Amino acid sequence: MQLKNLYDNFRDSDTIKAYAQIIANDAKKLERPINIMEVCGGHTHTIMKFGLPQLMPQNINFIHGPGCPVCIMPKERIDHAYILAMQSDVILVTLGDMIKVPGSKGSLQDARSKGADVRFVYSPLDTLPIAKENPDKKIIFFAIGFETTTPMTAVLVEQVLKLKIPNIVFHINHVTVPEVMTELVASKDASSYNNKIDAFLGPSHVSVISGSKIYDKFPKEYKRPVVVTGFEPVDVMHGISMILKQFVEKRCELEIEYKRSVSYDGNIKAQALIEKYFQKVSLFRWRGIGDVADSGLRLRNTFQNIDAEVIYKDILPTTPINDFKLCICGDILRGMAKPHECTIFGTACKPTTPIGSCMVSSEGACAAYYKYGNLL
Amino acid sequence: MTKNITLAHGNGGEENRELIEKIFYKHFKNDILSKSEDSAVIEEGRLAFTTDSFTVSPLFFNGGDIGKLAICGTCNDLAMMGAKPKYLSCSVIIEEGFATKDLETIIQSMQVELEINGAIVVSGDTKVVPRGAVDKIFINTTGIGEIEYRGISASNLKEGVSILVNRDIGSHGATIFMAREGMGLHSTLETDCASLYPQIKALIDSGIEIVALRDATRGGVCAVLNEWAVSSAVCIEVEEEHIPVQEQVNGVCEMLGFEAVNLANEGTFVLAVSKEDEAKALEILQRTHRSSAIIGTVTKQYQNRVILNSSWGTKRFLDLPTGELLPRIC
Repeated sequence: MQLKNLYDNFRDSDTIKAYAQIIANDAKKLERPINIMEVCGGHTHTIMKFGLPQLMPQNINFIHGPGCPVCIMPKERIDHAYILAMQSDVILVTLGDMIKVPGSKGSLQDARSKGADVRFVYSPLDTLPIAKENPDKKIIFFAIGFETTTPMTAVLVEQVLKLKIPNIVFHINHVTVPEVMTELVASKDASSYNNKIDAFLGPSHVSVISGSKIYDKFPKEYKRPVVVTGFEPVDVMHGISMILKQFVEKRCELEIEYKRSVSYDGNIKAQALIEKYFQKVSLFRWRGIGDVADSGLRLRNTFQNIDAEVIYKDILPTTPINDFKLCICGDILRGMAKPHECTIFGTACKPTTPIGSCMVSSEGACAAYYKYGNLL
Repeated sequence: MTKNITLAHGNGGEENRELIEKIFYKHFKNDILSKSEDSAVIEEGRLAFTTDSFTVSPLFFNGGDIGKLAICGTCNDLAMMGAKPKYLSCSVIIEEGFATKDLETIIQSMQVELEINGAIVVSGDTKVVPRGAVDKIFINTTGIGEIEYRGISASNLKEGVSILVNRDIGSHGATIFMAREGMGLHSTLETDCASLYPQIKALIDSGIEIVALRDATRGGVCAVLNEWAVSSAVCIEVEEEHIPVQEQVNGVCEMLGFEAVNLANEGTFVLAVSKEDEAKALEILQRTHRSSAIIGTVTKQYQNRVILNSSWGTKRFLDLPTGELLPRIC
């Protein structure tokens, strides 16, 4: 199989148009408008990049969700990355998107321009040769991402322990999707965002690891259909048509659109690996959303000797830092507002000078709106 | 401006433009510089004059090396103003310990490329600096060319003008990204690095009217189109499926989250001609590259903006890339 087989047909113009027609027909049968939250920033990116809102009937609305791992990182934790990178004997290794996120002291890009050694890798395992080439340095892997990237960090942890590599330690910022979705729909406040979300598009790559089972409770307990959907435009259109069908047929279920890689149980080996090295933190503070119970991961207590948060605890601040007061990223991440409703969107806050977290990452809703515009 | 210069200021995009305007233009301001063309046009329009520095890493890559790049880069900037490259200078800054054999390889490939352009190096400088002061070798070339076709400008685009590219786009950027340490990607993909003067000469000789011409180096085709849209106060509409991109380039983009229109090129140019001339121009371009194509047209829809039309009827803005080009995480 060639790489292009993974995306070529899933961008086919006739297929996309055909789904647009199916959606238009089914939308006429709806009793009321529906709001679909795409939880993941990757979906927001696809939706904006391929102009999918332009293909939607008036009564179907996208709500952009909190699934951008860089966007939801609170400033104090970004400061951790900056402070660690500025240590003279440290090489900070992280994934690409983290480089330009500004904390209260600046971004890793700023740290690098002041002499810090910051490297970005495509795979966490690329940290191993960096450690080997720099035996006199402490290599700190600053881990970010949802369930998708967690197993890759777990593999690196396993290699470090197995090969007894003395100079790699970890700063873990992994977060999990279902917990924050629960936070969004469990509110009892009638005026809250709770009532705005009618259905979820679940990110497929998270479920490749965790299975679709993690969303069981949303149709059952919270009466929200979930369709686990791929990231190509044909996938998203197909996923939306599946959600619409449920509303038309008055069903409320968990379904998988991305059947080519997602099963109900997911990747059991990867789950076991995560379980072996990580445990839940009781509260993780999400930027713009606040504390979400059981939504973060950290290394198990037995691995404190490679936990940078333990090793460097004397220099890492824990006081929460709030966002700029005009920034409405919190409302955007909760699905309460759209980027262009923010007074500083595109003026004071741009991709080159981001103020709010949603403008920072290319997966952020504001960055996607700024980049691709909204021509409708 | 930020307090310190970051790598994003050298990306050919938004930050780069800000740096040039707020520091360099502010102090160097003059009528010739403000035109912001690929080369300065001097001596009553008779000569084109330009300079470029080369810092590529790795020094040797599929289809080229820093030497070939240093000649192509400067000669292409001259050719883009309708000029025949004539005289170049060559300055090298070498890190102590650099292999003499590698230096000679680089200089030899410079000479090969000079001959394609019919140009010669007439002046030069050599500096050797302590280990760590530069990364192996940096090269600067400056060139003078004789203008053979006048009136090429980024500000002349009018409604109805056709936009063409001379070949498939993004292969230089994709090749370099793959060759970078740590990426662990391998393919037979080669840089597009090439001297463009022969292709421009063929266009000039054919008698068609060249409205605008620019090589799509840093910032890629996207940067050229945005610059033209702003300079000419027009809208440029591009049909996404008409943009030629090699499968391997698409593969790299898919894996790393890039778009081919943002990737750097070293032998790819964007051409604007009148609708009447488009077929003839395409025929000439296709003599060198079968992949050359008509990708769009100038309209009035959204002034100063570039729009990408999808084949399923949606549209979006194609904006200047911002920040460093970094792989996205998920």
